[in-house]
Amino acid sequence: MHEVIEAIERWLARGEQVAVATVVRAMGSSPRQVGAKMAVSSGGSMIGSVSGGCIEGAVFEACQEAIASGQSRLLHFGVADETAWEVGLACGGSIDVFVEPLR
Amino acid sequence: MTTFYELMRDAVRQGRPLAIVTVLAGGPVGAKLALMQDGQTFGDLGDAGLTAQAVQAALPLLSQGETRTVNLTPDVTVFVESFVPPPTLFMVGGVHISIALAAMAKVVGFHTVVIDAREAFATGERFAHVDELIIAWPDEALAGRLDARSSVAVLTHDPKLDDPALRVALRSPARYIGALGSSKTHARRLERLAAEGFTPAELARIHGPIGLPIGAKTPEEIALSILAEVVKVARLGSRAEEGASSYATT
Repeated sequence: MHEVIEAIERWLARGEQVAVATVVRAMGSSPRQVGAKMAVSSGGSMIGSVSGGCIEGAVFEACQEAIASGQSRLLHFGVADETAWEVGLACGGSIDVFVEPLR
Repeated sequence: MTTFYELMRDAVRQGRPLAIVTVLAGGPVGAKLALMQDGQTFGDLGDAGLTAQAVQAALPLLSQGETRTVNLTPDVTVFVESFVPPPTLFMVGGVHISIALAAMAKVVGFHTVVIDAREAFATGERFAHVDELIIAWPDEALAGRLDARSSVAVLTHDPKLDDPALRVALRSPARYIGALGSSKTHARRLERLAAEGFTPAELARIHGPIGLPIGAKTPEEIALSILAEVVKVARLGSRAEEGASSYATT
């Protein structure tokens, strides 16, 4: 958590906006546990992780959208899931990720 | 105005327990409530009844340091996130194994404390990487510091230091107690403690010989086997069946 906080402090000091993604539910085998966090800045910086790297790209985009819209949303990722994101978890688990502007 | 982020940041930096409740679905999505251990709150979920339910659901989770989703009503799902200080690994004995164990435990996320009454062992030069280096008798240093998330590794090999530490640990809610020594050394240790009145059930809490059996030889390898056992007990509990091995068990 300290690492994510220090990065967010640097971004805020530079006047950037921030969004945070958090694993809120994990079913089956998943690489990160509930509570795992990733933060993204409006300048395109990123810290932390919500998976083993499988969905970070999609979550990064969702964070940028959250910064632009100011809206929070709950995303679901599963293996071979026909979601709009067209990304899945190779490990066979599924996770819910909550994406929100920093508040 | 203080933000939820600032509350969380300051709590984490100062090591104060804090829970943040966030509405995920069925209500004002994204609405938040912060909660301290004493029940003090910051913010609300937009509805007095819902806020009260959230506080009631979150307080026990915060005291356990637990983070998970909770269905407050058939419709409303919230995420309760507990921010608690890292658990502590107490190492009794400023020995070679402790040097390696403290370094590895730090990486894994423990607050590390090394205790030894012998100043020649517990030197700042050998233990510059430890969060706390305490030069005192182990029973005095451990008294009042062990909670349900604490782990204690007793590593001096010397009954004069090991036994007092074990007495305090056995009377505490510490979730892991391990003692270094061969099966023979450990059997003698159990006899001494039994003679003092500790019951077999109490003595069964001591992991001895300490560490998972990985054939460790060097102090560094022994540290690794101890840390693996500490993590196993933290994640699976003391009575976890041998062979339960999935690291992703939830």
